[in-house]
Amino acid sequence: MASASDEGLGFGSEDIDALISALPTEVELLKRAWRNEKASPEILQFQDDVVRNARVQIQNMEHTVEAYAGNGQDALTVSLYQMDLDRTEFLLRSYLRTRLQKIEKYMIHISKTELWNRLSKPEQEFAKRCKENMENHLKQSVLSRLPFGYQDFLKQSISSEEDDMVPEPQLDTFVFCKSKGSVGSFQLDAVGDEVVDLIADDLYVLRYKSIKPLVETGQIDLV
Amino acid sequence: MAGQSDPHLSIFSAAEVEFLAEDELVEIIPNMSMDSLNFICGDFGPFYPHIPTEVPIWLAMALKKRGKCAIRPPSWMSLENLTQVLELERDSPREFQPLPFHYVEISRLLFDHAREDIPDVHMVIVAIVCPDFPPRLAFQKLVLDIEHFNRDVRFHKVESGFETIGSRTHAVKLKNLSAMEVNIVRPFFVRALQAFYKHDSPQMIPQPDTASRRTDTGDRGPRRDLRPR
Repeated sequence: MASASDEGLGFGSEDIDALISALPTEVELLKRAWRNEKASPEILQFQDDVVRNARVQIQNMEHTVEAYAGNGQDALTVSLYQMDLDRTEFLLRSYLRTRLQKIEKYMIHISKTELWNRLSKPEQEFAKRCKENMENHLKQSVLSRLPFGYQDFLKQSISSEEDDMVPEPQLDTFVFCKSKGSVGSFQLDAVGDEVVDLIADDLYVLRYKSIKPLVETGQIDLV
Repeated sequence: MAGQSDPHLSIFSAAEVEFLAEDELVEIIPNMSMDSLNFICGDFGPFYPHIPTEVPIWLAMALKKRGKCAIRPPSWMSLENLTQVLELERDSPREFQPLPFHYVEISRLLFDHAREDIPDVHMVIVAIVCPDFPPRLAFQKLVLDIEHFNRDVRFHKVESGFETIGSRTHAVKLKNLSAMEVNIVRPFFVRALQAFYKHDSPQMIPQPDTASRRTDTGDRGPRRDLRPR
């Protein structure tokens, strides 16, 4: 009976192992998020789950490393675990920083468009404070000293119809991308007479605007 | 290359591209015993002397630096394969031969830290680094930069690819171009394509009737292929 249950367990766990090894690891997911975020001109959806899981894993690993260092585990093993930890922490930090840089650059644009919903709660707070600081600073140092009609934070002058002093990400730029699976024929623009065949693993240089939906749904990766 | 100085266009630093490459797996032959390592990035080991096992390159490098293992260079790095790749590379003027996406970084890391583990290391370096050199001369120039391979053979193709880019180019296919190569040509490519795109857009052509400045530009135009169809 014991052997039967052992066998059953062994079989099951092998299956599960195979399943698990087929799934991308947290680090791979984080790496993908990092690459896409770095390579895309506009801010992408915050990868809530990925970041949360990475944080948990980092915390667990910190405890493990501490415990190993404390209980006399050999120095080599401890240093290897520390390296693994450092690499993951670097990815996470760089991912968050890349986003902060974009927020600083496009804070006004982000806060008045649907891009706002792509930020995490702390990022929204950061963007808000950032915008307030910038507004106060510009008002105090420059805008208040300009003649009437030129004092708006968002407009060149009172006659501007739209907010024409707001920097926006350039979606017309070109990006290098790789499709993960075969996406098939894909229309490059709304007008629709330009079609490109995206074959798995091929590398393309395409206009970001035209592949934006594919990046957002994760069908294509930026490199 | 032109445009390199613009920080917004070179998205990844060389160090970051190398960081990505360090996650690629490589086979090592440990000379010590060590339990399995359950990392955030995956589980590796257990390690037994003389039993080959696969680990990420950064781990292989860490063990190698401490004299704990030998590294088995990947099969694409063999002299036979590289000679063949090189021949094909020269014979097919418009096509890039398949090499791993991170071949530049991997070979650089292995040359720098595991030179004695690569069979025919001098010849391999010659093949990757400066394929146009007669071997004996190249022997004396071993420290030559690895990018020479790119510059001599592969970048030449990128450059001739540039010549096909025109005002109606909206997609370029660069099959088999590697990560480091992408990073190097990115600033120039992006700037060139942007410039063409900008000058091609209706906004640049005087149109007295259009009131709105923000008309969406239709992007038509044939796709230029860097490889024959």
